[in-house]
Amino acid sequence: MKIVSAALFKDCTTSIVGVGLGGIITYRHTYKFNQVRFSGSVRSSCYCCATLSSTMEKAKQTFDVDNAAVLVNELRKTFSSGKTKSYEWRMSQLECISKMIDEKEKEIIDALHEDLSKPELEAFLSEISMTKSSCKLALKELKRWMMPKKVETSMATYPSSAEIVSEPLGVVLVISTWNFPFLLSLDPVIGAIAAGNAVVLKPSEIAPATSSLLARLLGEYMDKSAIRVVEGAIAETSTLLEVKWDKIFFTGGARVGRIVMAAAAKHLTPVTLELGGKCPAVVDSNVDLEVTARRIIAGKWACNNGQACIGVDYIIATKEFAPKLIDALRSVLEEFFGKDPMESKDRSRIVDSFHYKRLINLLDEDKVSDKVVVGGQRNESQLQIAPTILLDVPEDSLIMQEEIFGPLLPIITVEKLEDSFDMINRKPKALAAYLFSDDEQFKTKFVQNISAGGIAINDTVLQLTVLSLPFGGVGESGMGSYHGEFSFDAFSHKKAVLYRSFAGDSPTRYPPYTPAKEKQMKALLSGNLLNIILALLGLI
Amino acid sequence: MASEMEKKEVFDTESAKDLVKELRASFGSGKTKSYEWRRTQLTAMLKMLDEEEPQIVAALREDLSKPELESSVYEIAMLKNSCRLALKELKHWMKPEKAKTSLVTFPSSAEIVSEPLGVVLVISAWNYPFLLSLDPVIGAIAAGNAIVLKPSEIAPASASLLAKLVATYLDSSCIKVVEGAVPETSALLEQKWDKIFYTGNGRVARVVMAAAAKHLTPVVLELGGKSPVIVDSDINLLVATRRIIAGKWACNNGQACISPDYIITTKDYASKLVDSFKNELEKFYGKNPLESKDLSHIVNSNHFVRLSKLLDEDNVSSKIVHGGERDKTNLMIAPTILLDVPQDSLIMNEEIFGPLLPIITVDKVEDSFDVINSSGTKPLSAYLFTNNKKLKEKFVATVSAGGLVVNDTTVHVAEHTLPFGGVGDSGIGAYHGKFSFDAFSHKKAVLYRGFACDAFVRYPPYTRGKLRFFQAFLGGSILGMIRAVLRWSKS
Repeated sequence: MKIVSAALFKDCTTSIVGVGLGGIITYRHTYKFNQVRFSGSVRSSCYCCATLSSTMEKAKQTFDVDNAAVLVNELRKTFSSGKTKSYEWRMSQLECISKMIDEKEKEIIDALHEDLSKPELEAFLSEISMTKSSCKLALKELKRWMMPKKVETSMATYPSSAEIVSEPLGVVLVISTWNFPFLLSLDPVIGAIAAGNAVVLKPSEIAPATSSLLARLLGEYMDKSAIRVVEGAIAETSTLLEVKWDKIFFTGGARVGRIVMAAAAKHLTPVTLELGGKCPAVVDSNVDLEVTARRIIAGKWACNNGQACIGVDYIIATKEFAPKLIDALRSVLEEFFGKDPMESKDRSRIVDSFHYKRLINLLDEDKVSDKVVVGGQRNESQLQIAPTILLDVPEDSLIMQEEIFGPLLPIITVEKLEDSFDMINRKPKALAAYLFSDDEQFKTKFVQNISAGGIAINDTVLQLTVLSLPFGGVGESGMGSYHGEFSFDAFSHKKAVLYRSFAGDSPTRYPPYTPAKEKQMKALLSGNLLNIILALLGLI
Repeated sequence: MASEMEKKEVFDTESAKDLVKELRASFGSGKTKSYEWRRTQLTAMLKMLDEEEPQIVAALREDLSKPELESSVYEIAMLKNSCRLALKELKHWMKPEKAKTSLVTFPSSAEIVSEPLGVVLVISAWNYPFLLSLDPVIGAIAAGNAIVLKPSEIAPASASLLAKLVATYLDSSCIKVVEGAVPETSALLEQKWDKIFYTGNGRVARVVMAAAAKHLTPVVLELGGKSPVIVDSDINLLVATRRIIAGKWACNNGQACISPDYIITTKDYASKLVDSFKNELEKFYGKNPLESKDLSHIVNSNHFVRLSKLLDEDNVSSKIVHGGERDKTNLMIAPTILLDVPQDSLIMNEEIFGPLLPIITVDKVEDSFDVINSSGTKPLSAYLFTNNKKLKEKFVATVSAGGLVVNDTTVHVAEHTLPFGGVGDSGIGAYHGKFSFDAFSHKKAVLYRGFACDAFVRYPPYTRGKLRFFQAFLGGSILGMIRAVLRWSKS
């Protein structure tokens, strides 16, 4: 499954760790990492299968549709047993995740370092503590979330009572991504467990250390009869997408999002698609410049080096203000990452050489390369590009058409700040939009006029940490949302339940139909008490 | 577009593209977002329903021979209710919802803002051609969208009346009707919409969702399924019988997505239930139900043939215990009850959508749950008649369906506080009341911060001290935080 990365490890053993009920074989790959950190260019260009150990080749078995069908059947059996529906099971699994994170924090940080050179503080804040707080909230609120919600009933069904019952959807698939490989895998899984589903998680092969750690840890800590990890790349994902799921939760790019939804359509499976987009940051000239610069940097380079779906993609400012903003960004960047940012340990690296080349492509385009005003240094062997700011790149350049997803930050200038609305609205809807301004009216206008998954005013990225806010895109940036109770809802069916008794049965509803019955029925439905009385008395 | 229908111009991909472009320009102007526009359109819709009731009743009679009471109550009055509710609640629905923020973002405030999705497509069905067309449109208007409605060509009188009325009463720069069948629907589905709301069957729904996937368009799919009725033996038999009849034959002659599809009862009780049905059916529809004016007709000969086929299958035709009469020229089939048809018969494997009602018997009423769940598909509704509290609880806990009703059928559609929609094969998403508004809205998360209190711990260079601070902070340890800050100021 993981030929590419496996070839690079000094010592690689694969062992069969369990044969499941339905005869499915679970593999566990154990890699002993070389002490030297592998440079990414080697990682993704080297397909030296010849160096694979023979044990690996023998054990490597393709994950085909039959395997997928067996896996789903097994989970469906577990789900049908009713086990995952109980409050106790959900709580125990959530507690296991919480325990796992506590006990394995070091390993998680190491894996993230391995995959992305993610700085420890970032790994701790944006992955570990975010996942933990999701888990904590679910543990605290689960009873309340699970409780049927009483709703009012009307005259039309009097006497009656009604409630909305949340029930698990069944067996769900979570396909995750590489930039926050831990958080974006477990956060949806927490929602799926809280809602009482059986879950298959497919982590991203582009963050292989985290993927294999997740497979190992979930196998160790969680109930294997209901929660599974399938590692792999395109082949495995396609296989998984062929079988019927009760929900697919996908995080990734819009191109694959379309494939996932088309596959889901065959089985009428609902989807949540968490995609990305070009998230703009509009900067007014009346701002606290230093705080603004810091918060933009925090949402760009200090956020996985720009490799985040809600990272700042580009800035819009007025012509007059842009130079001041650039100066502020330059000096804060130096404060944060030192005089030589290429040496800083406080930024993630570019995930692999494919993405490195993609970014270099954006940077080296004609009419773009000469717009660099800060940074621009690169090091292919370390997969690093310095924080780079570009001023006034053309709107039709690649860098302004594609999601950047890396340490490049173009600044577009406009005459009046209001012009930024048109510029943003011409593009597909982004997952986030940011505004820095002290002008109340402008803030209101921004919120009214800019459509995006979410908006933060005077900060970046932090909307993600507010668990009372739904997190999800709109249009090209996705559909559906999660976080907090929204995660629970994303994996629940809201079943409408109406209770009646046999008393108070009125003949009005029944044939043979008469004009009087018609009037009574209309009055009943309208809910107007006077009309009902009049109709029953035959007065209207 | 609709007004040009007399010319019978072909509605092709180009026309669809132009149509969407026009609506996108209207939406882009911001017109549909205003409270006033939404209000005006809903008021206009209400006026239309008031003034045009006779025409609507006539169109429904033409398409389905729908009895006047069913038309004016289940289509028109229901729609008026939806309109009135939306008018009453609109301001409240549109208001941003405040959300709590945490210490992490302190000081800050947050809200969830509902915004329209944009230009949306509503594809409707023939069985309740007015209700199922205009009820989603009401939601789409309330949420501030521009709309194209594609009514079903299988109810042509209603479709053309809808086109005429919508053009007359509503803002034609933002709300359009496109009439047509498969080619027109395909042309529409090629376009990029911001939401597609489809009511119909699972086969077409798959096509709709696959088309939507190309543009990452979210969908609501309102489908059907075999909605079961479980009948326990400790009940008020008369009331149960009447309420089942009301949901079956008095609901467009069984041509409703939430109609009872089949009954499950115990072996001992089945004969009593059948007798009761015979009595009440005669009371409701007379000795010769084919003559009754209180039953809708089968919508067309395709469906008549389809239903006849279900009835004529070997091992099925001999199971008729009541009814079975049919009149092909008038497209009528009498209310028909079948007892103990085989599980593998067509009638038990397809959605019936007509006046046939099979009764399946089990030894114990509890076995019904297995019968329902072993089908592997989830219906749009499931019903239970019982006085047994334990059985009710078990029913709610173990039967998955779009919605459940205990001791009645179909009436949950009238409760706007309940989401109406399926699960699994019966659909995706829900509507009615505020859920309709939500179905056509994006819930935009908005976080507000000031420039004050900027915590430098967030920023690089990352130090041990900063990490310790966060570990303490997020672990909720005030002491740890203080310790971390002190240690760090020393360093």
